[in-house]
Amino acid sequence: MTRDTRGLRRALLHLVLAVIAALYLSPLVYMLSTSFKTREGAGSTDPQWIPDPFTTDAYREILNSPDSPILTWFLNSLIAATGHAALVLVTAAPAAYALARLRFRGRNAIFAVVVATLFVPPVVLLIPNFLIVNELAWVDSLPAVIVPAAAGAFGVFFLRQFFLTLPGELEEAAELDGCNRWQIFTSVALPLAKPALVTLFLLSFLTNWNDFLWPIYVLLSPESLTLPAGLGNFQGANNIRYDLLMAGAVIASLPVIALYLVAQRWVIEGISRSGLKG
Amino acid sequence: MSVLTRPKGPTGAAEPAAPAGRARRMRPWTPYAFLAPYLALFAVFMILPIGFGFWTSLHEWDINLPAKPFVGLENYAELFDPSSVDGGRFWTAMRATGIFTLFSVPLLIVLPLLAALLMNGRFSGRNLYRAVYFAPYVLGVAVVGFLWRYLLDGNIGLVNHYLGLDVQWTTDEPPVWIALVGVTVWWTLGLNAVIFLAGLQDIPRELHEAAMVDGASAWRRFRAVTLPGLRPVTVFVVNATILASANMFGQAYLITAGAPADRTKTAIYLIAETGLRQFDMGTASAMSFILAAFLMAASALVFGAFRDRSAR
Repeated sequence: MTRDTRGLRRALLHLVLAVIAALYLSPLVYMLSTSFKTREGAGSTDPQWIPDPFTTDAYREILNSPDSPILTWFLNSLIAATGHAALVLVTAAPAAYALARLRFRGRNAIFAVVVATLFVPPVVLLIPNFLIVNELAWVDSLPAVIVPAAAGAFGVFFLRQFFLTLPGELEEAAELDGCNRWQIFTSVALPLAKPALVTLFLLSFLTNWNDFLWPIYVLLSPESLTLPAGLGNFQGANNIRYDLLMAGAVIASLPVIALYLVAQRWVIEGISRSGLKG
Repeated sequence: MSVLTRPKGPTGAAEPAAPAGRARRMRPWTPYAFLAPYLALFAVFMILPIGFGFWTSLHEWDINLPAKPFVGLENYAELFDPSSVDGGRFWTAMRATGIFTLFSVPLLIVLPLLAALLMNGRFSGRNLYRAVYFAPYVLGVAVVGFLWRYLLDGNIGLVNHYLGLDVQWTTDEPPVWIALVGVTVWWTLGLNAVIFLAGLQDIPRELHEAAMVDGASAWRRFRAVTLPGLRPVTVFVVNATILASANMFGQAYLITAGAPADRTKTAIYLIAETGLRQFDMGTASAMSFILAAFLMAASALVFGAFRDRSAR
C-alpha cells in the first residue's frame, strides 16, 4: 500500500467517525438548547438550534415550582447514589478479600452461591423485594433505594478478581510485623485496591443515580423522590412542557456528565473489562 | 447486572498460596466476620426474595388485604390460558418484549462491532471517539426517554422535520418499534462497542501479523483471527444484551406509555403495574417467574450456540 492511499484511508476513517460522533451528540446539544428556550420556542415546529430568544425562564420556573421540588429530588439522588456506592464498597470489599485471600471452610460454596445469583434475572426480585422493603417500613424513604441493590453480586465478584491479582509477599511482610488480618486488609490490601475501589464506586454511583423502574414504584410522595423518578411524574401530563422537561433533564445529567468528563477512562475501562450491564 | 470472566494473564487461576503459619494466626471466625455484612444483605435482599417471590406466586396476594389464600399453581394456570384477562394481557406483553428483543439484539451486536472495528487502530483521537459514542449510556433512561419523546414528537419533533415525514412515532405501529429500537441503539451502542473494543485489543498482534505473512486477505483475517478471538466477549455481549433488551422498561414507559393499546407494554412493565400499582402480587410474581424461565432458556441457547467447537 502506498503512502498516499494510506493517508486517504485514514482521512476517510476520521471523516466517518467524526460524522457519526456529530450525529451522536446532536440530540444532547438540542436538549441543552431547548432548556434555554421559551415555552413557545420549545413548541415551535421549526427546529431552533440556537435559542431565540435566549432565556433561563425554564430553569427558574422548574426550580421554583412547588409541584416539582427539583432541588429536593437532586439532593435525594445525591444522598441515595453516594450512600449506595459507599454501602457497596463497605460490604463488598471485606467479603471479596475473604473470598480471594483467606482460606476457610465453605469458601468455595459461598462463592459459588454468590456467583450463581449473577444469572438470576432481576425481574424475579421486583415484587418480593417490594414486600420486604414494605415490611421494613422503608417504602417512600431513601433506604429503599440505597440498600436492596447492594445485595447484588457484582461488587464482590469485581473486587475479588482484583484481590486475586495482589502479590502475597506484602501481606506476608505485614504478618511478620505482627499485623492481624483486619490490619493487613485495611493497611495493605485496600490501598493497593484503590483503582478497583474507585471504579466500583463510580459504577455503583452512576447505576443508582440513573435507576428508574425501582424508584418510581417504591418512592411515592413528591418530597421523597429521586430526580429520575420525579421527572418520570411528568409522563402522565396532558400538555408536556418540553422547555421545563429539558431543563430538568439537563439538571439530572449534570452530575453524571461531570463525573464522566473527569473519570471517563476509569468508567469505560471498568465497564469494558468487567462487563457491567445496567 | 452480569459479569464477564476474562482470564487475565496468569492471575485468573492463581490461588494465593497460604504462607505457613497464616492459618494458625488467624482466628477461625475471622473470615466469616469479613463476610458477614455482605452476606446479611445478600440473604435478605437476594436469597430471601427468590424464595418469597415463588411463595407469593402460589397465593392470591394483595398487600392491602389481610387474607392471602393459597391457590397453588392457579396463578400460573390462568396466565397460560390466553382467553383469561390476565393471560391475554401477559402474552401481549411477552409479545412486546419478544419483538423488541428480536429487533434490538442483532443491531446491538452488529453495529457496536462495526464501531469497535473502526476504532481498533492506533490513531489520534481514538479515545475521543470512544468517549463520545459511550456518552449517551451514562445518561439515565429518564433523560433519554424524555429527550427522544421530544425529538420523536409527531408535530414538533426534529426527526419528522429532517426526514420530511409525518409519522406518529410514539403512537402508531409499526413506527413505535422503530422508535423504541432506534432510541435503545443510540443509548447503548457505546456500551457494547467498548466491550468489543477491549476484546479486539486482547487479540495478540502476532496472530494478525502471521496471517498477513501468509498472505491472507483482510476479510479472511477477520474470519480466521478476529471473530474466533472475540468469541468469549461475544458470548457475554449477546447474553447481556438479550437480558437487557428483555428488561426494557423506561423507553416504553416514557416514550410510548404502552401505546398503541398496550402493544408496546413490555412484560416487565406489565409485571410492575400489576404487582406494584394494582397490588395483584401473586399474579405479578407468577408472571416474573415465567419471564425468568424464558430468559434463562435464552441464555442457555446462547451458551450452547457459542460452545467452543474447536475443542471437540
